[in-house]
Amino acid sequence: MTTSADRRQRPGLAWAAPAALFFLVFGIVPIAAVVYLSLTRWDGLGTPQWIGLNNWRALANDADALHSIRITLLLTLLCWMIQTPLSMMIGVWAAGPQRNRAILSTLFFLPLLLSTAAIALVWLALLDPNFGLAHNLGGLVGVPDGNFLGDPHRALLSVAFVITWQFVPFHTLIYQAATRQIPHTLYESAALDGAATVRQFFSVTLPQLRNTVIASSVLIVVGSLTYFESILLLTNGGPGTATRVLPLHMYIKGFVGFDMGYASVLAVLLVLIGTLLSVLIVRTTGYHRMGSQREGL
Amino acid sequence: MHRNAVFPNRARHERAGWCGVRRRVWTRRAVACLFVAALLGLTAACALFPSGIGPGGRVFQVWALQDPQNQPIIQAALDSFNKTSTTKGSLTVYLNDAYKQKLQVSMGSPNAPDIFFNWGGGNLAPYVKAGRVATLDDALSENPSVKNAFLDSVMKTARIGGHQYGLPINGIQPVILYYNKAVFAKYHQQPPRTWDDLMTLVDAFKTHGVIPLVLPGTQAWTELMYLEYLLDRVGGPGKFEAIAGGNTSAWHDPAMLRALQLCQDLAKRGGFGTNFASINYDNTGASALFAQGKAAMFLMGSWEYTNQAQRQPDFFKSGNLGFTTFPTLTDGAGNPKDIVGNPSNYFSVRAGGRNTQAATTFLIKTLKSDAYVTSLVSSGQVPAIKGVNAKFAGSPNANFLNFTYDMANKAPAFTQSWDQALSPSVASELLTNLQKLFLSDITPQQFVDAMEKAQ
Repeated sequence: MTTSADRRQRPGLAWAAPAALFFLVFGIVPIAAVVYLSLTRWDGLGTPQWIGLNNWRALANDADALHSIRITLLLTLLCWMIQTPLSMMIGVWAAGPQRNRAILSTLFFLPLLLSTAAIALVWLALLDPNFGLAHNLGGLVGVPDGNFLGDPHRALLSVAFVITWQFVPFHTLIYQAATRQIPHTLYESAALDGAATVRQFFSVTLPQLRNTVIASSVLIVVGSLTYFESILLLTNGGPGTATRVLPLHMYIKGFVGFDMGYASVLAVLLVLIGTLLSVLIVRTTGYHRMGSQREGL
Repeated sequence: MHRNAVFPNRARHERAGWCGVRRRVWTRRAVACLFVAALLGLTAACALFPSGIGPGGRVFQVWALQDPQNQPIIQAALDSFNKTSTTKGSLTVYLNDAYKQKLQVSMGSPNAPDIFFNWGGGNLAPYVKAGRVATLDDALSENPSVKNAFLDSVMKTARIGGHQYGLPINGIQPVILYYNKAVFAKYHQQPPRTWDDLMTLVDAFKTHGVIPLVLPGTQAWTELMYLEYLLDRVGGPGKFEAIAGGNTSAWHDPAMLRALQLCQDLAKRGGFGTNFASINYDNTGASALFAQGKAAMFLMGSWEYTNQAQRQPDFFKSGNLGFTTFPTLTDGAGNPKDIVGNPSNYFSVRAGGRNTQAATTFLIKTLKSDAYVTSLVSSGQVPAIKGVNAKFAGSPNANFLNFTYDMANKAPAFTQSWDQALSPSVASELLTNLQKLFLSDITPQQFVDAMEKAQ
């Protein structure tokens, strides 16, 4: 009696309809369309022509595609390696109650307020080898001619640097909030046991931040698959293909070369890699059964 | 207490039941009303303004590039056309790099512009093949004075399959070697006549800490200019014609390998300085370096002359902006008078639009009109009009105008920029590989191997 009454009160399938419809129209249908387009030749004009698996065969011969996957992974790794320790340190520091920390943190968070395009354009101007900061300060980091974005190796590091500058504040915010959640009693008992600040960090703070590290890493890794506009504006994938990540390769094939069929192959590839990566992360990190780490609290 | 624990929300549920039904009915009605209102609004808007018609009559859309030089001229021409025409023209401008994508997407949709800017050749051909461009043949045969006014070598680039699909809208744009007279005078040098002269100059300017040739290498089309000229100097215009004709093995021609090698050697020798791959053209970085005397020479299209006049007025007024032809190659097979560049830019009319007639009339009436041609000349351009040099006398830019006119007039071959002549996908491969070649990431042989596969 009660259960049936409850069931009557529970939202029916109809309630899920708007969301499901949205997902169908903007999620499933485009993916299906892209899979179809990957089997055609189409330049955006006229009607797509069915060519079977030709585009997929072309993928095997496209050295740039493999290269761009490698660049994507390298950039992800670089960003993760720089961002995680940096934002954790700033976040834990900013979690302290001191007034000066609050003021400085506010300044650190400023990049969060800027749009990606604005950040990329500002850095593009700063990295100009003749008229930017790169001209004046390049010598200090061993690049007297300011050639940051034009050198194949430095270009990738520069891109990683700009992306880091943009996203560290966001991850700092996550770490700051998480650190403030750690109960004081843990630190008090650690202090009673004779643990100094450094020991407290490694024995209390770090274990308590485990889930935060995972969450922040997931965001970095998944986000890195979509780094696009910063790179487009900073280097356009260049010089040559030195900073051409997979999304940019897809864009160049589709919207510069107007080979929509082959660009769709790359889009499907991107969907597959993204799905694979998120399944992998969820499985290996135990993200899906994340629980409290605070024994007895 | 117990009851509450088991059914904590029961009372609230029961009460909400009655109100909920009523509220739901109201919500549903409100949503339905909003939906209907929105639909009505949309239909009303559509009925009032079907595409191409704004309040107060029909409007045809003109798309062009954002460009301080030509934009005001086109706008003025539209304003004067609009005074007498019932169908008004409206100009929308886009940034160079974004324009091609914007155009491609819109040309595949029903919202294509009625008149669109293009580069002719491989840039225009896909739209013609897709049946999206109206031929101007009829309008031109009705107006023979217009048809015969333009230089045929320039009209040719917008002629596809024997039909005319575009008319030149601005000046001819050969690639010119600019040099800074002040820098040359300071180090007692003369502008180069041969490739060997250029090599000597490169070494000389390097020792003085001056960039011999400024190259905005973040944009590979500026590197392409060197290859275009060198291939013509080494092997003549036929070598590229073969490639443009679809013969992919023509990339393997020894002349191509030699031209690529010359490009790479020049870069390795330090001809472009060490940081050319970070220099940009669109932010005027390269033009400023040249005007400030940090670079001695600049290989760029004829538009750089007006660009310097507008962006570097002090340098321009100082009279130190020198210009000359690309050096000759003593053992080359090409004619030293050959030139490369953009014959012109074009306006084409969309096929099947409701404003095709008005758009065509605008082009026919405007592009060879005295007012239009005169404003092109006074902005420092050489319009693709026969005998236009008669208008140069008295112009402050007469020297440059005559130089450009003679250059184009005496050239046995005017090769169109390769990235405009080839299909977009091949052009994109070409530019990527060219950047790698200039950075010595790949050898000339690897370059031609990659290009042969591109399609």
